[in-house]
Amino acid sequence: MSDRMTIHLSVWRQAGPESSGAFENYTVNDVNEHMSFLEVLDVLNETLIRKGELPVEFDHDCREGICGACGVVINGVAHGPQKRTASCQLHMRQFKDGDTIVVEPWRADAFPIIRDLVVDRSAFDRIIEAGGYVSVSTGNAPDANAVLVPKDDVDRAFDYASCIGCGACVAACPNASASLFTASKIGHLALLPQGDPERSHRVVAMVDQMQKEGFGDCSNHAECEAVCPKGISISSIALMRREYMKSLVSSGG
Amino acid sequence: MHSVLASNVPPGRLEEKWDNYKSRVKLVNPANKRNHTVLIVGTGLAGASAAATLAELGYQVKSFCIQDSPRRAHSIAAQGGINAAKNYPNDGDTIWRLFYDTIKGGDYRSREANVYRLAQVSNEIIDQCVAQGVPFAREYGGLLDNRSFGGAQVSRTFYARGQTGQQLLLGAYQAMSRQAAAGNVKMFSRREMLDLVLVDGHARGIVTRNLVTGEIERYSGDAVLLCTGGYGNVYYLSTNAKNSNVTAAWRCHRRGAYFANPCFTQIHPTCIPVSGDYQSKLTLMSESLRNDGRVWVPKNPGDERAPNQIPEHDRDYFLERRYPAFGNLVPRDVASRNAKYACDEGRGVGDTHLAVYLDFQNSIERLGRQRIEERYGNLFEMYERITGEDPYQVPMRIYPAVHYTMGGLWVDYELMTTIPGLFVLGEANFSDHGANRLGASALMQGLADGYFIIPYTLGNYLAGSKMAGVDPSGDAFSEAETESRSRIDRLLSVQGNKTVTEYHRELGSIMWDDVGMSRNEDGLKSAMGRIASLREEYWQNVLVPGDATYHNKYLEFAGRVADFLELAELMARDGLHRTESCGGHFREEYQTPDGEAVRNDDLMAYVAAWEFSQEEHGPRMHAEYLEFENVRLTTRSYK
Repeated sequence: MSDRMTIHLSVWRQAGPESSGAFENYTVNDVNEHMSFLEVLDVLNETLIRKGELPVEFDHDCREGICGACGVVINGVAHGPQKRTASCQLHMRQFKDGDTIVVEPWRADAFPIIRDLVVDRSAFDRIIEAGGYVSVSTGNAPDANAVLVPKDDVDRAFDYASCIGCGACVAACPNASASLFTASKIGHLALLPQGDPERSHRVVAMVDQMQKEGFGDCSNHAECEAVCPKGISISSIALMRREYMKSLVSSGG
Repeated sequence: MHSVLASNVPPGRLEEKWDNYKSRVKLVNPANKRNHTVLIVGTGLAGASAAATLAELGYQVKSFCIQDSPRRAHSIAAQGGINAAKNYPNDGDTIWRLFYDTIKGGDYRSREANVYRLAQVSNEIIDQCVAQGVPFAREYGGLLDNRSFGGAQVSRTFYARGQTGQQLLLGAYQAMSRQAAAGNVKMFSRREMLDLVLVDGHARGIVTRNLVTGEIERYSGDAVLLCTGGYGNVYYLSTNAKNSNVTAAWRCHRRGAYFANPCFTQIHPTCIPVSGDYQSKLTLMSESLRNDGRVWVPKNPGDERAPNQIPEHDRDYFLERRYPAFGNLVPRDVASRNAKYACDEGRGVGDTHLAVYLDFQNSIERLGRQRIEERYGNLFEMYERITGEDPYQVPMRIYPAVHYTMGGLWVDYELMTTIPGLFVLGEANFSDHGANRLGASALMQGLADGYFIIPYTLGNYLAGSKMAGVDPSGDAFSEAETESRSRIDRLLSVQGNKTVTEYHRELGSIMWDDVGMSRNEDGLKSAMGRIASLREEYWQNVLVPGDATYHNKYLEFAGRVADFLELAELMARDGLHRTESCGGHFREEYQTPDGEAVRNDDLMAYVAAWEFSQEEHGPRMHAEYLEFENVRLTTRSYK
């Protein structure tokens, strides 16, 4: 059995979007290396509840790194120190006895804080609604093998399509840009023949919506790629920009 | 005594039933569709595909989910793939064969006509998903790739790396988003359904709680579609997401919808074992690992040597030994049960002794590390991230975990419950998987129900009913809202000594021990008693923090655990009444001398649908007798 660790946590507490927040300090004993980071928060919350205090609110669901619900900034890094790992998949063997861990919500104007570590990411849904789909109603589809798609194209499309919509890219970006999120959907659909007919309209609509939501622009810091739990490349952003330029040229704009 | 339920399966030959139904079904006039509001609860594969499709047809859809975005519903976590009878590999697959495998895999406890229809629409699902831009795996020639899954003898599984559920769900979510942009779907995220509202005996509305503000809200409509997934979290530890729950379904059950076969639960053999009492959930490792991994434990109990120190002659490859024909690829229920037996015999491995090895050494030697990496690289990485061990060097440790629930609300052929106007889709209904679900069939059923079945059956209902408008300020809504509020107030006012999580864990351990992988009469009876006492204690001693006016996760959990405490007893009762072993339900009293399941087709070939009752006599059982006109019931054998 692994050694027990004592972990100090400095957690952002905020009662609501309009309240001012502050860090509160806690200590959790009996942490072991097999625990996930969120399980340490669970243990902390059990202690707080028993003491009659309010538990720390945080979003989480699948705890397998695929739903994208969880996500906190851990010691200044979105999703914490381990590469390509969502907060729920981060395990305590990444830390050592006596460490202090600073835990904050995603911080961006377009992601208002709901409570403690919970933020409102509905802006992402609206970016998808602006054009992140193929316009094909149920029943209209030709046979699945009627259109051939080169394996390399579908593999690249998949790399972009693996985005889990967690928002770490926004949290890590000095401009709070949603470029990696938006570009990954544009890249996914632009690389497939099924997405081709609408590609020109799609890129403009989604990029415009991203700006309307109050996300910043991309200035090539690449912090988003560094924290992305799915390792999505910023080549998608370059692709999005090419698509956007092509669209302006072709529409005479 | 029990009454007999009618499934409303249309007449005609099995192959023609669905086409006949579609040809004769009543249609809603296109101009009238926009006058109908449909409330859809849940945005997984079933809910999102239904929302998109019904909105495309012109209905006004209101869609509700408990997550912060519809894209996060737990369908997202499905790994392996989705079946269809395309027969692209030319290896002999047909609709009939997919139907037959699914009926047989379900151990002959599902409805023939539903399963046949599922197999029929399977091909259209793949077409639809590809058209949406789902990046299924392809071969170098640009055609779709297929693989064999879960021991199937044909390659009929379409997949998108180990993230098939994610890609299918994003396809459905995007289709729904397109309709949201068009104004035909209104999305309500971070909402939890707390009750169903009946007006004149018909489902006409829901009461929800806004999980951000705590407000109780009312929504009215002409039909309610429940797409809220399974109830595996009744075991506390499962592969389900933390928010997966039975509340919406259970509230409908309390309002009159029958709950069918609740004891049919699936325990998946290849999960990462529990490491300690803080454990919050279990992680599934795709079943595909059993294609190349060999399952073993030490021959002798108490052998504490490291796996690499245990020589061949001291190892027991128990699946290969007991099932020489199928070996490591036996179905999920068989593999799980045998792992449990090995641990019960004291031969479990790891710190907790509740694990068996899944060893890739032979495959790595035979195929080379690179091939194994290509096939399972992401899974190996995930395993290492969670356990800190490198499965290329030491065997994985795996143990079964609750994964899927075949039981659910009873529905007829039209997916309608015993409450007119309440439809149930996907895992939340009981209909297609019998007593055991085959791999890669859950995604197929969710999308079949949402894309291709409900558009017809809902139309038939709406066209055939006189729909007067209902007023959400009416009495039925007020009564449901008052009840929901008072439950929340009661939960908050107890201020006892034990947390919601402690109760949930306790319930989970009763369920796992006595209503789990193998069950017996004494255990089930004792479980029923202990669940009832725990439920009573819960309402007197639970400690729920804070209040109901803001985002309060533990208040959400408190309501869900209260409902699990009721469902759990029904599961044990159903398991007790089912005096046979079939699929995921293994009753120790009904087995062959060498430990194989014994079904009782003479007495038990029916669906047990339970009617809620608070009277002394308890829930009342209604039977839907299963008629097998097209398949012959055989004993599953994997020897």
